[in-house]
Amino acid sequence: MTTLALPYLSILRARFSLMLQYRTAAWAGVATQFWFGAIRVMTLVAFYAGTGRQPLNLAQVVTYIWLGQAFLALLPWAADAEIAANVESGNVGYERLRPVDTYFLWFARALAWRVANTCLRAGPVFVLAALVLPLTAMRDWSWRMPAGLDAAVLFLVSIALSALLSSAMTVLLNIVVTAVRTPRAAGFAMGFVNLFSGLVIPLALFPSWAQTFLLWQPFAGLADIPYRIYFGALSGAQAAEGITAQIVWVVLLVLLGQWWLDRVLSRIDMQGS
Amino acid sequence: MNGFALYWRFIAVSVRSQMLYPTAFVLRFSSQFFVTIIEFGGVWVLFARFGHVRGWTFAQVALFYAIASIAFAIADGLSRGFDTVGPLFIKTGNFDRILLRPRSSALQITGQDFALTSAGRLVQGLAAFAVAIDLLKPDWGVAEFMLLAWAVAGGASLFISLKMLEGVLAFWTTEALEVANTLTYGGEAAAQYPLDIYTAWFRKLMTYFVPIGCSLYFPVALVLGHDAPGVPPWLAVLAPATGFAFLGVAAAVWRLGIRYYTSTGS
Repeated sequence: MTTLALPYLSILRARFSLMLQYRTAAWAGVATQFWFGAIRVMTLVAFYAGTGRQPLNLAQVVTYIWLGQAFLALLPWAADAEIAANVESGNVGYERLRPVDTYFLWFARALAWRVANTCLRAGPVFVLAALVLPLTAMRDWSWRMPAGLDAAVLFLVSIALSALLSSAMTVLLNIVVTAVRTPRAAGFAMGFVNLFSGLVIPLALFPSWAQTFLLWQPFAGLADIPYRIYFGALSGAQAAEGITAQIVWVVLLVLLGQWWLDRVLSRIDMQGS
Repeated sequence: MNGFALYWRFIAVSVRSQMLYPTAFVLRFSSQFFVTIIEFGGVWVLFARFGHVRGWTFAQVALFYAIASIAFAIADGLSRGFDTVGPLFIKTGNFDRILLRPRSSALQITGQDFALTSAGRLVQGLAAFAVAIDLLKPDWGVAEFMLLAWAVAGGASLFISLKMLEGVLAFWTTEALEVANTLTYGGEAAAQYPLDIYTAWFRKLMTYFVPIGCSLYFPVALVLGHDAPGVPPWLAVLAPATGFAFLGVAAAVWRLGIRYYTSTGS
């Protein structure tokens, strides 16, 4: 078992250390994300002023926004840049020659990329929004602690599932890019991801008739479910439902990806040399 | 050939080269439209839940949103070249070639990359404008539409200046800086809502330091018959001129940057 997993683990490690080389870019990213988070927080604060009871209170929405900024790099916005470049150059055919399962190779690459990027960015955003902001006059805008120990543990489980879900979606994007032979084909994914993961507006603030659908569509598991678990808006049976939805989508998307990748790669035409 | 003619020639070449790949253009254009219109949909969701934001209705905010998007789309289309000054010109040494030519360097940089895809954002802005007009049913005359066009012009000049300053920064960093997005994309995001919903220090920053409020907020608020506190109507009408003044400042900084520019060699 361990020898079987070895190639994938070394891919994980290699990509991780590669990502950690780009520390300056990460710091720039942190500053940008903090700033955009602040603008979004201010907007939501204005909407909440003088309103009645809402599905989420202001402290929860503010925390939601900061979680979104901290874990932004986890979202499957685009296909793996290197694989997309290989598709344009035709080198993607080499993927067939490697003595490892192509699906899990791509999955491991995607996972390493998403997780390494997130690790670099989440910490500093947390320090700024959760530790520094409470010391300033902008106390109300700070990132709050999880609802309790159980919420914290469930959040860790759920955000780990988000990473798997995001990787499965990234591989699907890779496959789309390979199938239609242009990296631009993945551009639409960003719109769906932004809207249905809750990044644009927390899903709980959408009209109440849409709530069941919103919880069970695949993108909720990328952000909305772990965030709501964090501050206790989903707890007990509801938290279990959310995590179940995540697991179901991870399994379904991995199976879909394996089946589809097989079909796409078996049809690849190698042109020239 | 004078500067204008040369610029149009540049743009024509840039458009023709982008149109050589029509499918890629359609994909990029439509995905940009899709991503930005979804953000606008998010505004609608917020109003469906909260009803108003500090007294502003959805229709009114849609007008702010539309004007900010249109101004930013125009600026982005005209001056995308400044985004890539670092990686495409400084790092490669190609900037030296630009300096050798007896033409304005800013004109060459912007002319080489006329970003046709920002039409996606432009169409989104026009859609938001249509929504605003449909909901407001305003009895505006020519003056109001002129004022809105003037606001778009001032706002676009301001966004172009910000991108230009980002380009100057790249003389030293040689990289495209994500931090610069805080003022360009961040400025657009902030201007999509009326400035008075924000907290005092942010409002002041966006009025006096980066005068996005002057170009976009004051005139649009005036058109909506919503006086900004402490700003008489004549000042709100003149305010977008600050966008052009800022462009003058940015151009001066650009020239200063070129004077201190040292080639990365190659």
